[in-house]
Amino acid sequence: MIQVFKDVKIDWLANRRIFIAVSILLMLAGLSSAIFRQWKHPNGTEAFNLGVDFKGGTVVTARFKQRPSPEAIRDALAKTGVNDAIIQPVTDKPDVLIKLPLEGSGEESQAQVELGRTKVRNALNQFGAEKDAYEIIGTDAVGAVAGAQLRNKAIAVTLAALVGILMYIAFRFEWTYGAAAVIAVFHDVLVTLGFFSIFQWEVSLTVIAALLTLVGFSVNDTIVVFDRIRENRRLRRRDSLYKITNDSINQTLSRTVITSGLVFLSVLSMVLFGGEVLRGFSLALLIGITFGTYSSIAIASPIMVWWEQRIELANRTAAIATNRPAATGSRVSGTPSRQPVSSAPGKRSRGAGSA
Amino acid sequence: MKKKNLLQRTIIILVITLAGIYIVIGPRRKPTLQDFTWSGIKATLASNIHLGLDLKGGSHLVMRVKTDAYLKILTQTNASAIQTAAKEAGLPVKDVRAEAAGSSYRITLEAADASKLSEIEEAVRKKVDLSDWSASTSGNIVTWTLPAAAQNKLAEQATEQAQRIIESRLDAVGVAEPLVQRHGSQSAHQILVQMPGITDPERVKQLLKAESKLELVHVVSPPSPAPVQTYNTEEEAKASLGATVPTNRRVWPYSERNEPTAASQNTADQGPKQKKWVVVESPAVVDGSELRNASATQSRAGADDYQIAFALKPAGADKFGAWTGANINEYMGVVLNDEVKSIAFIKSQIHDQGEISGKFTKQSADDLALTLRSGALPAPIEYQEERTVGPSLGADSIRSGVRASLFGLLFVVAFMLFYYRGAGVNAVVALILNVILMLAGLILFQATLTLPGMAGIILTIGMAVDSNVLIFERIREELRTGKTIPSAVEQGFARAFVTIIDTHVTTIISSLFLFVFGTGPLRGFAVTLVLGLVINLFSAVYVSRTIFMWELSRKRKLESLSI
Repeated sequence: MIQVFKDVKIDWLANRRIFIAVSILLMLAGLSSAIFRQWKHPNGTEAFNLGVDFKGGTVVTARFKQRPSPEAIRDALAKTGVNDAIIQPVTDKPDVLIKLPLEGSGEESQAQVELGRTKVRNALNQFGAEKDAYEIIGTDAVGAVAGAQLRNKAIAVTLAALVGILMYIAFRFEWTYGAAAVIAVFHDVLVTLGFFSIFQWEVSLTVIAALLTLVGFSVNDTIVVFDRIRENRRLRRRDSLYKITNDSINQTLSRTVITSGLVFLSVLSMVLFGGEVLRGFSLALLIGITFGTYSSIAIASPIMVWWEQRIELANRTAAIATNRPAATGSRVSGTPSRQPVSSAPGKRSRGAGSA
Repeated sequence: MKKKNLLQRTIIILVITLAGIYIVIGPRRKPTLQDFTWSGIKATLASNIHLGLDLKGGSHLVMRVKTDAYLKILTQTNASAIQTAAKEAGLPVKDVRAEAAGSSYRITLEAADASKLSEIEEAVRKKVDLSDWSASTSGNIVTWTLPAAAQNKLAEQATEQAQRIIESRLDAVGVAEPLVQRHGSQSAHQILVQMPGITDPERVKQLLKAESKLELVHVVSPPSPAPVQTYNTEEEAKASLGATVPTNRRVWPYSERNEPTAASQNTADQGPKQKKWVVVESPAVVDGSELRNASATQSRAGADDYQIAFALKPAGADKFGAWTGANINEYMGVVLNDEVKSIAFIKSQIHDQGEISGKFTKQSADDLALTLRSGALPAPIEYQEERTVGPSLGADSIRSGVRASLFGLLFVVAFMLFYYRGAGVNAVVALILNVILMLAGLILFQATLTLPGMAGIILTIGMAVDSNVLIFERIREELRTGKTIPSAVEQGFARAFVTIIDTHVTTIISSLFLFVFGTGPLRGFAVTLVLGLVINLFSAVYVSRTIFMWELSRKRKLESLSI
């Protein structure tokens, strides 16, 4: 039997401060990149390099017989009055992506949805007749209104998905578990977006799909750990939540590593072989999966433990204050694993492994 | 009893697998030998799966019906109708004004005599349909306003009408299997058009957008033989009407044409001479809704110059005949999309025939005739989104999608066999079954496979294998605690199942949001992912378990399990 991990006994929670510090640093890096770019516009960048899906504009994909240099294409476009186009050759094909930003506003920008292709065609005709020298094989044109619609929708869908997941976990576990899982997932989304801001990768609709996938995936990872914690708490009533959480992470560690590794590999095959269109999607997933795995161990579990301990502490203080056994504590139990908190200090049923 | 259970499971799995395989690669007709060759299988597969436009090639358009413009025009039309109605009833009216600002549409009528007000209102009500408008009077003024609910209702009607017209135009121009449906929220008034196989949609876009608003109007001018009254600028034309343009007058541009003469035949100077302006009466005598037919005809034999001949419906012809009969020697204009195309004086009564001359090519005349026949759009439309994919780009995407899926599958299979040995075979069988059933599901539900949908398949491969990893790791754990092999397998499946359900449900929740609120290709992604996950509950849990049961039942006493 080949085994990745055999009887690991890592004290994950002991390092929680380091983990959380690393995550906060990563998020701050992304955030400061976004704020700085939005504020100063270095090299004309913005917080995110939004694709036409969200910003509006036209992307024309042209396939050439003999691909001219980007400069030549830019000159040709300039001759027909298009000055701020972005020319992006495709690496393994004689294709070029020509991106025209949305100009003007209102009626004028709407007209561009109709004119972008014609403008590019007029420019490219300088290299020879269409069908002979080149062929326009794809067009994406999005007007300002549609762009804003798509953008709002993307944000709404992501948030709604998070709320849906929170509710499901709250229903299956406890709301502290749900909140911890959602905070961890939110962290993954922010870190991934941070990468997109720092490296100015283009954010398109497919990147949003990737973010939603990563939301589902990261919660998966967290749930596997939480499921084990729930099971262990039922079996080992004497152990502290701290110890149980550490053990549960260790017990599921080989599964976590194998699964993440395999999904990572299948996403990597998308990055390598999936072509230009899926690149943003696969990059977002690649980063998201890495941090999703990390966060279920390093973020979700510590937050959950910390929260449960605080609640227990509050319960106990309340019990002492009213001088009554805390067994009638105010919390409503959602799972059978929940046990009454004893008022006897020596018989702590859970939590408080390290105060 | 165990044996019987196993047999039952095996039969269920076999039936589902065979059905899946048949759905995926089976032809939808009597199979021939050709269907069992590699290329035959590929061909049936391609025809069975419904590919999205991003893979197949085609054009995806989102347009918005400018309903605000529609309501504005409606307000103006009603205002002129009100004025005419009052005039015909012989009641003195000082002023009728149409106001459209923001989302308020209002018509005010100022009567010369306050005592006649109710009489005027009565006369107007008989002639003009104002059932959607709410009227209020104060002093000598009647005000009709359009309440928000009525605005929504009318805007909705206009959008529906536009959708019908777009459908009939697509049909007339011969686009194969187009999809026309409402898009976004109801109040967005958006229409989505998908046209498979259209990879250069410029002409279709122009056709769909063409308002083709045809009106035959009375030009305000001294009658023939005096020349028609034109103005050099818009301001001049407006100035002739006093300070403001009255409700029953319009100022339209007019491109005057040189009539072709023998000397200038086929030369460039036949084109529009100079843009002028004319004043016409409103409402029009007849409009495009009265058209019975329109077709492109050559202006002169052999010339590359076309015009549109049209014929009116009986009701329109009666109206037109009566009007032309009463207005001999007056000037009549043909107005297309708020531009006067031609002006002629009425020599004799005309009943139902007319023509639109202008500098048309064969193509533009055909297109105009087509749009005229399908009726005028109730309001202008604007394009908000266009996505066009050529067949070569689509084929590339299919190729890279398939390649990425195969490599992903290969990675996973290699690892599972290497790491879990015998049990790895279980996982691989389950995985392959999952992919087959997923394709079968796509075909069965007639879902569309898009490029992100392919990404969904790849991702499902990754997630499907997670279920197996969870189970196998759990079995290993149970074995380590010293349990017997059958009970370790039993426990492994039972314990892992809880986790698998939880992980699947959360992913399905986020995919469902994507499906419900997502657009186009993204929905394709959600579809394959949800489908894959649901199937995975069958393939990774039920099928994999059955294979284990089968292995366990083969030997009386199992010393070791290859996991």
